[in-house]
Amino acid sequence: MIEVEGLTKYFGRLAAINDVNFRVESGEIVGFLGPNGAGKTTTMRILTCYTPASGGSAKVLGMDVAGDSLKIRQKLGYLPENVPLYDWMRVQDYLEFVARAKKVPARQRSGEIERVANAVGLQEVMGKIIRWLSKGYRQRVGLAQALIGDPPILILDEPTIGLDPRQIREIRNLIKSFSRNRTVILSTHILPEVSQVCDRVIIINKGSIIAEDTPSNLTRSHGKSTRCHVVARASAPTLTEALQGIPNVTGVRVIEESVPGETQISVESESSVDVRPDIARILVQRNIDLLEIRTIQASLEDVFIDLVTEEGEYSTSGERAQEEEVAS
Amino acid sequence: MSGWYAVFRKEIANFFVSPIAYAVIACFLLISGFFFWANVSLMSLVSLQAANNPMIAQRINMTDIIIRPLAQNMSIILLFLMPLITMRLFSEEKKSGSIELLMTYPITDSGVVFGKFLAAACVLVVMLASSVTFPLLLLMVGEPDVGTLTGGYVGILLMGIAFVALGMFLSTLSENQIISAAISFGAALLFWVMSWITSFAGETWGYVIRQLSILEHIDSFQKGILALSDMAFFVFFAAFFLFLTLRSLETYRWRG
Repeated sequence: MIEVEGLTKYFGRLAAINDVNFRVESGEIVGFLGPNGAGKTTTMRILTCYTPASGGSAKVLGMDVAGDSLKIRQKLGYLPENVPLYDWMRVQDYLEFVARAKKVPARQRSGEIERVANAVGLQEVMGKIIRWLSKGYRQRVGLAQALIGDPPILILDEPTIGLDPRQIREIRNLIKSFSRNRTVILSTHILPEVSQVCDRVIIINKGSIIAEDTPSNLTRSHGKSTRCHVVARASAPTLTEALQGIPNVTGVRVIEESVPGETQISVESESSVDVRPDIARILVQRNIDLLEIRTIQASLEDVFIDLVTEEGEYSTSGERAQEEEVAS
Repeated sequence: MSGWYAVFRKEIANFFVSPIAYAVIACFLLISGFFFWANVSLMSLVSLQAANNPMIAQRINMTDIIIRPLAQNMSIILLFLMPLITMRLFSEEKKSGSIELLMTYPITDSGVVFGKFLAAACVLVVMLASSVTFPLLLLMVGEPDVGTLTGGYVGILLMGIAFVALGMFLSTLSENQIISAAISFGAALLFWVMSWITSFAGETWGYVIRQLSILEHIDSFQKGILALSDMAFFVFFAAFFLFLTLRSLETYRWRG
C-alpha cells in the first residue's frame, strides 16, 4: 500500500510537485499520467527513496520513505524511464549483481534469476552482453531487475516503450498478472495501455493531481462533450446545415463522403444531453435517409487532453487575473 | 555499510572485464620498469668506475642509486595514473543514469562508496604487487636495504589509497570522465607540490601547508622510516575525502 500526503518537492524555487495526495491499495495497478515535466518522475523518485521530498509525507507499506528508506527499498522494484543498465555486463551477471544488491539469499539466487528470466522471456539472451541487446530485450532486462526479489511494490516508468506490438502485449499481460499480489504504479504515455491494464488512473499536471478515478469513470464524467457519429444519404452541406440548427449541438464536422451521395458526419453536443432523437427527427422532417447513428464514448486520451488543456487555460487565466490585480 | 560487497564485485568486474585496469597496470609497469632499468644501469656504470677507487666504492649503495629513486619515480607515476582508475567511479554512473537504480537498491550510500573505494584500492594493490619483480631482482643479485624497500612500498600504497579517495570524491562532481580525471590530477598535483610555497607563506601558514603536503609525508617512507604521524596523515586524508564523497552523494540525492 502507498499513501502520499501533501508531498512537495522544490528544485531551487521551482516546485516540481506541490501538495500531492493519493493512495494506492495493495493489489491495485494504478496508471500515473501526465504531460512531460508534470512531476511524475519526481513523485516516483520520492517513492523509490531516490530523492527526499521537501515537504509532506509518503508511506510505502506503512513505512515512511524518509525514515525507513532501506527497508522500503528492500520491498520495491523500480524501472526508471530510460532503463539505465550496466552495458558492459552479461545479462546473467547483471541479474546476479541485482540479486546480491537486493539481498536475495545465496541459496535462492540462481532460482530467483531463472524465475524472473522465464517470466520476462530472457532465457535466450542470458549469456549476452547487454550492450548488444535490442531495445526490446533491454527493456525486459530492466523489468527483470525490478522483479528480482519478488517485491510487493513495483514502480514502472514507461515499461513498454520501444517494444514491438507482440512484446507490448506480453509485458501488459505480465503486469496484469501482478495485480494478484503486488501494488503497481505505472507511468506511461500510451493511454490505451492504461485503460487495458490499470484499475485506477491518477492524472498529474504542473505538479498537482488534477484527476483520480477508474478509467471508465474518468471517460464518463470528464468528457467535455458527447459525440455522435451520423451516416446519412445527403450531401455534406445539406447535412451540415440541417444538424447545425439542433439545440445543444456545439459542433458539426464532416468526416468524409464515403459513397457518392452518403456522408459521414460527427456531431458534438454538450455532455449531459443526448441529441440522437433530435437528429433522427430533423432528418426525417427533411426527408433525408438516416443510415447510421451512434454515440462515441470519449477516450481516455480525450479526457487527458481536455484535463491538461483546461488546467493550462485555468492557470493561464489565473495568472492573468493575478497580473491585473497587481497592475491595478 | 550494507550491500558494499555487491558493489565491490561489480566494480572489480568492471575494471578487469574492460581494458582499463590492464592498460593502467601495463603503463605503470612499463614506465617504472624503464626507470628501474636506467637506475640499475647507472649503478653498474658507477660500480665499474669505482672499482679503481675504494673511497668512492664505500659510498656507493643500492638504496641511494636504485631503491629510493625507484620509490620516488613510482609515486610520481601513480600521481598521473590514479585519476585514470578513479575517473569513472561515479562519473560513468551519473552519465549513464545507472546511479538512479543503484541508489534505489537496498544498499546504503556508505556501502556504495566503500564498495567502489575498495575495488579501486584493489586495482592499486594489484598494480603495486606486479611491480614487486623489481625488488625481487635486486634481492637475487645483491643485498638491498629491505627496510627502505618496505617503507617505500608502504608509502606508495598509502599515498595511492589517499589518491583513490580524492579521485573518487572528484568523480562525484562531474558526469564527464575527462573532467573528473583532469581535476583529480590537478588536485593531487597541488597536494604534492604544496610545500614548495612554504617559504613565502609565513611561519604559521607555512607550517600548515607543509603538514598538508604529500611530498613532506612520503619522504620519510622513502627513507625506510614508518612514522606514525605520516601514516596517520594518509589515513585521515583518505577518510576526509571518503566523508566528502558521502556528503556529495547526499547532495546529489537532494538535487534529485
